[in-house]
Amino acid sequence: MGIEFRGVSKTYADGTVAVTDFSCTVPSHSTLALVGSSGSGKTTLMRMVNRMVDPSAGTVLIDERDVRELDKVALRRSIGYVPQAGGLLPHRRVVDNVATVPVLTGTSRRTARADALDLLARVGLDPALGRRFPSQLSGGQQQRVAVARALAADPHILLMDEPFGAVDPIVRRDLQDQLAELQAELGKTIVLVTHDIDEAFRLGDQVVILRTGGVVAQTGTPQQILAEPADDFVRDFVGADRAERRLTTTEVDGRRIVVDGDGRPVGVLA
Amino acid sequence: MTWLEANRSYVLDMLLQHVQIAVPAVLISIVAAVALGRLAWRWRRVGAVVLGATSLLYSVPALPLLIVIPVVLSIPLRSDLNLIIALALYGTALLAGTALDAFRSVDPRVREAAEALGHSRAGIWWKVDLPLSFPVLLSGIRVITVSTVSLVTIGALVGIQSLGNLLTDGFQRGIHAEIVTGIVLTILVAVVLDVLLVLVGALVTPWRRRTPRARSRRRADDTAAVSA
Ligand SMILES: Nc1ncnc2c1ncn2[C@@H]1O[C@H](COP(=O)(O)OP(=O)(O)O)[C@@H](O)[C@H]1O
Ligand SMILES: [Mg+2]
Repeated sequence: MGIEFRGVSKTYADGTVAVTDFSCTVPSHSTLALVGSSGSGKTTLMRMVNRMVDPSAGTVLIDERDVRELDKVALRRSIGYVPQAGGLLPHRRVVDNVATVPVLTGTSRRTARADALDLLARVGLDPALGRRFPSQLSGGQQQRVAVARALAADPHILLMDEPFGAVDPIVRRDLQDQLAELQAELGKTIVLVTHDIDEAFRLGDQVVILRTGGVVAQTGTPQQILAEPADDFVRDFVGADRAERRLTTTEVDGRRIVVDGDGRPVGVLA
Repeated sequence: MTWLEANRSYVLDMLLQHVQIAVPAVLISIVAAVALGRLAWRWRRVGAVVLGATSLLYSVPALPLLIVIPVVLSIPLRSDLNLIIALALYGTALLAGTALDAFRSVDPRVREAAEALGHSRAGIWWKVDLPLSFPVLLSGIRVITVSTVSLVTIGALVGIQSLGNLLTDGFQRGIHAEIVTGIVLTILVAVVLDVLLVLVGALVTPWRRRTPRARSRRRADDTAAVSA
């Protein structure tokens, strides 16, 4: 399932220009990371895929089909969605949150719950947590539940809106690793929104850096962007000049050690 | 006590009457206020006007209202329906604003996530908006329940039977026991209905019951998740 943004723009009713003539193709089984500061139109772009937002101009295609031809509700049920922090249904138990979409599409509650417990284990949660309500979980656990919920109907496409933006850095790293692991296994087509360039580089096969107004500053693989930042904005945004990105090698006891700009060792050159 | 014993069936009759008027009035108020609150939530401008007009209703004195309603709807003055409609109008006026607050209390992030998962419009209403706005709505329902139960007594002035009759009759005939019985039972009905509402509320909103253990457990789990 590939996704194509074909010249999409979005101007909201109040005149806010959120996205300007954006084009991009996300090949099947790959991850597109949309990164930019707050208000740069990332969420707006992502929402065009499941028609939470309809573009003012241009089209979004899934497998060559214009999403506008598809029924909104059916389309959304067929796409996994991980909202920002606080998007779980607070009044449903964890297991029922995970089972939401299968139940909506007619799977019996019993089967959906059993599957949901398996999914909790897959995202690194004790299935016993299934009985709790979201408020009884930590922020990190809640986002794991959100990932499990998005995977419950086994969708081909996954939309993630700053899924780990509100959890502390150590937990975030852990969640990113787990997502990378799941993705290696599942091969979904993912659109990931983040304001964290490290997260974008870590998880994105393709990274789009946006400036205000949803204007593309640069598109490319993490390697391309780091190697050749398009301009000062991108250079600044990816922190190409940041000490921890300026790596050099030194030789210690015959082994080549990589150190960052502050002289801290970060690894050994193989 | 002797008065009460001698008049047991009469008192029971009035008690039953009282409840039969109060409960439908409250139920109608809830439905009407939720509808108005929803309207006001959906369309701000129209909503502000409608809610403003509704709250004005509350300033109409009860006795004139009990005379106007039968004229407008051509129903008998001395009918339960007359009083039920009047009380429902007051209840709606009191509750509509709370209903709007209740819908506003629903976290928009939750509503949006529910929509993005593929809930239909009706699905969002029944499965998200209604349950999540219920706690705030319930606080308003408790207020109008108590006020409606006490207002039912007014019907006695135009001859609609309720516990209010114990008050008017007691005053006219100077029977203190009757007056006290009327007051105590009215309060009792209000208290019993309020307790029922609180119980039902706790029963249908299990997610709001916080065990004290939950907080400390939460922290422990995060460390566990990291080290896992
Ligand atoms: N429903 C809306 N109505 C009006 N303006 C909006 C709406 N949603 C977003 N915007 C505006 O559009 C711009 C882009 O928003 P968004 O796509 O949410 O950015 P990001 O996700 O990158 O923070 C912002 O200026 C935001 O205020
Ligand atoms: Mg956003």
